[in-house]
Amino acid sequence: MLAVDDLHCERDERVLFSRLSFDVTPGSLLQVQGANGSGKTTLLRILAGLNQDFTGNLYWQGRPRASVLNEFQQSLFYLGHAPSVNRTLTPLQNLRWFCALQGYADDSAILAALTAQGLAGYAEIPCHQLSAGQQRRVSLARLELTAAALWILDEPFTALDRLAVAALELRLSRHAAAGGAVVLTTHHPLKTPSPLSILDLDAQRPEAL
Amino acid sequence: MKRQALGLLACLRATLLRELQIAASSPGKIVNPLMFFVIASALFPLSGRLDLAVLGSIAPGILWVTALLAVMLSMEGLFRSDFDDGTLEQLLLSSQPLYFHLLVKVLGHWLVTGLPLVVIAPLLGLLLNLPAAGYQPLILGLLLGTPTLSLVAAIGTALTVGLARSGLLLAVLVLPLSIPVLVFGAGVVDTALNGLPVAGLFSLLGALLLLAASLAPLAIAASLRISVQ
Repeated sequence: MLAVDDLHCERDERVLFSRLSFDVTPGSLLQVQGANGSGKTTLLRILAGLNQDFTGNLYWQGRPRASVLNEFQQSLFYLGHAPSVNRTLTPLQNLRWFCALQGYADDSAILAALTAQGLAGYAEIPCHQLSAGQQRRVSLARLELTAAALWILDEPFTALDRLAVAALELRLSRHAAAGGAVVLTTHHPLKTPSPLSILDLDAQRPEAL
Repeated sequence: MKRQALGLLACLRATLLRELQIAASSPGKIVNPLMFFVIASALFPLSGRLDLAVLGSIAPGILWVTALLAVMLSMEGLFRSDFDDGTLEQLLLSSQPLYFHLLVKVLGHWLVTGLPLVVIAPLLGLLLNLPAAGYQPLILGLLLGTPTLSLVAAIGTALTVGLARSGLLLAVLVLPLSIPVLVFGAGVVDTALNGLPVAGLFSLLGALLLLAASLAPLAIAASLRISVQ
């Protein structure tokens, strides 16, 4: 799906990673590991196309990503540190806009996704009245509403309770089993039925090589 | 309800609706620039022993300058919450045409911040003893000029959204670019008060609006891409 070739990124004259090459294949779960400040978020933002401050090549389905950017963006679901939930809007309003960005409207799917996240009955309540974990769940309800094949998730387990963590682990492996791919960072030891590959950024740093 | 595919226009309507819903749930953002506009213009008649005729002749300038500052004041919030909560990243990464979504976003912002200024301006004109011939050019001029100001200010907002305190920098970036609108906007009222034809100046204001509407979204998009890095 997504091939990374010879990636090199510096930040404030500090090399975060160099000569980094890997493939994200359909059906794979890739966990990016590393100490705080090792560049996990930067790597994810480079993969998603938010950060252009790198050298190296990225290929989507075998072609340079820049030449198939629109196709790539249609197949990408990115979730950053922030939940991407507007606090003054209700979950329903937030997700309606998300669906519109995907090019469709479907309230029943939104309500079903909210119910699956344990937020039945919260659809019409402004998000600032929800707890941090509930806001995170609103954000994760998007996983049910996107048709994207590649999921890039930055610390998706933040603020979730134990049950929600287990449900999300299951959801991620279900996505991989269906031929999708997940790239994520987390400090939480993942327990998934699907095989998990690990990319350790601490081992990629030049002084460690 | 079944899944319903949306065309570009329906997607843009969703962005506009979102903008209006956010504004409706935090009315302070609408009221603040409007209050500033009213208070700042209302202070002028109190600030000295101004002759009524003199006051009437500087009224167009007062109204346009305070309207410009009110627009500046309202713009800081345009991308702030979207930047903080990550929504901006979603918009930048979506496969939707960013150009039109940004245009609609600024339009939505103008509807709740710029349009009220246009509506209340005649009342303030009355307060400033604006002669009768000045009202129509004032309203039409603001109608053409304030969206231009919003579009231009949105570029500055997009550039500075990544900074914690951007107030003064925003003004330094944007005010020079706003001067043509100010000159022609206040000029159109002045010209009408002197009984001269104003069609040419209106055309210039309209041309500035078209120019801003066609080019500003490109600049906003580029600025946002820099800001989210």
